[in-house]
Amino acid sequence: MHSSTVPAHSIARQRRRGDILTYVVLIAGALLMLFPFFWMLTTSFKDMAEVRMWPPSLLPQTWDFTNYRDIWAQYPMAQFLWNGFVIAGLTTVGTLFSCSLAGFALAQLEFPGRSFLFLVVLCTILLPYQVRMVPIFIEMATIGWIDSFKPLIVPAFFGSAYGIFLMRQFFLGIPRDLKEAAILDGATPFGVFWQIFLPLSKPALTALGIVSFVTSWNDLLAPMIFITTFEKMPIALALAFFKGQGEALWPWLMAASVISMLPLMVVYLAAQRWFIEGLTFTGLKQ
Amino acid sequence: MSRASAPTAHIPSGIPSGATAITRPSRLLSNRVRESAWAYLFLAPFFLGLVFFIVGPVVAAFAISFTSWDLLSPPRWIGLDNYRELADDRLFWIALKNTLYFTGVSVPVTLVLALGLAGLMNRKIRGIEALRAIYFFPVTASIVAVSLLWSWMYTPDFGIFNYLLSYLGIPKINWLVDPRMAMPSIIIMSIWRGLGFNIVVFLAGLQSIPRDLYEAAELDGASGWQQFWQLTIPLLTPTIFFATIMAIITSFQVFEQTYIMTQGGPGNATLTLVYQIFLNGFTYLRMGYASALSFVLFAILFVITIVQVNLQRKWVHYA
Repeated sequence: MHSSTVPAHSIARQRRRGDILTYVVLIAGALLMLFPFFWMLTTSFKDMAEVRMWPPSLLPQTWDFTNYRDIWAQYPMAQFLWNGFVIAGLTTVGTLFSCSLAGFALAQLEFPGRSFLFLVVLCTILLPYQVRMVPIFIEMATIGWIDSFKPLIVPAFFGSAYGIFLMRQFFLGIPRDLKEAAILDGATPFGVFWQIFLPLSKPALTALGIVSFVTSWNDLLAPMIFITTFEKMPIALALAFFKGQGEALWPWLMAASVISMLPLMVVYLAAQRWFIEGLTFTGLKQ
Repeated sequence: MSRASAPTAHIPSGIPSGATAITRPSRLLSNRVRESAWAYLFLAPFFLGLVFFIVGPVVAAFAISFTSWDLLSPPRWIGLDNYRELADDRLFWIALKNTLYFTGVSVPVTLVLALGLAGLMNRKIRGIEALRAIYFFPVTASIVAVSLLWSWMYTPDFGIFNYLLSYLGIPKINWLVDPRMAMPSIIIMSIWRGLGFNIVVFLAGLQSIPRDLYEAAELDGASGWQQFWQLTIPLLTPTIFFATIMAIITSFQVFEQTYIMTQGGPGNATLTLVYQIFLNGFTYLRMGYASALSFVLFAILFVITIVQVNLQRKWVHYA
């Protein structure tokens, strides 16, 4: 296949040298990406005396679980994790419900104003939560939803630009004939959606579900605005609260951080492909 | 692009193909109407969301920005006073400057690094999946947890960064404590966290470029460098455009890192626009002023995006 002017073996050798250089750069970068987490984990097993050592010890001198024990004893950690789980779980249910319906309509159904509505969906990316949070707070205060999970969950049932876009792109990839045929056979659009398209869209639903769960689990801003009762804090907010309690108690704060990240870390190890595809799906199609 | 190929299994049998079905025009019309009705029903949650949580609040913010309102007593119309105050507010200008500083440094650095790394990853070598997963991991990590972690690593006296730098003979840096270093410290951490997302976006763009184009270029004797600048970059411009828009919008929202790591300090060095909205809205209960700030943030995002969309005709190549 190669032109006769360049010997094939020299190209192959150049390639191999390029591959080695690529590995060196990529692995060095990967170590930089991972090192902070290594430091979080090892610090969480040290005691206060050890983190004040200079030079710092790379690994804990004794692997000490005291920090973890203290946190569980002092704070309702299980409650915080459960709160985070309930909020993220219901947010995910709401997102999947609203975004798959809207995405299906925009991709498969014919109706006046379809492309305009899609444009509206895209334009809402320009209205991030931070721009809207003051009026939303007033709205929630008016209907008495402050200090409940509702302001964190209910908006998800009304869709998000990102999720609708993701589901629409997925449904566009399914041939229209499938829907047309089922309609002619007497199925309603909802029947088509529920019985044919939803079962087909498991990959997209998984990706979107993971994204909305992760985003909600990690969110600080909205819980900070709406949750005031200690026992109602999701884990991310509790962690921010700990910062004020344990200023400079680094091993203790790192142990709390590990606890907050552990549930997602386990899922990430098992399903990183879905994380990556879901969180960047919009980049896949232009 | 493995994911884009739609699965075609589970097609129920017994559905007549469209060609054989006979439909009268009137029935076709009513089908059309019925389908539209269903479509609007499917979109009903989104319409309601638009009114109550998306566009409605922005319109409300605009209206509230003309009032003085502490939520305890009724709002009082004060015309343009909030905007007049904003123009004279030293903290607003500091926050705007800091947000622009954050965006102006973190967005280009992140995008260039991500593009380079994605270019390196875009080949079939072993372990690339694992590397991709490692670079992506910080994206999924809790922002509060990583902010705490980096605060600890940035500690001047016992932090690991200063220890590692001492090997290079660099004296201790007062990362988050020094007003000149605080924002660069936040930026470094944010680049680390956002890199993986952009790598994967660029990787997807790179993988959509047909391989045979490179083979043709190689036959023409184009070097790897020439291929990158004359083939890869032009074909990647739609992805670069998308990534830039998203990165700018996201970086204008910067708040959590500075809230956890520096509380906007030292000396307001990391005070950002969203931080100002948060403080005025939820700490000082100045809903009118916070709404004016929100609306200004929206206006900035709007103008930047419009400019970018207009500029894209000059540099984005659609195949």
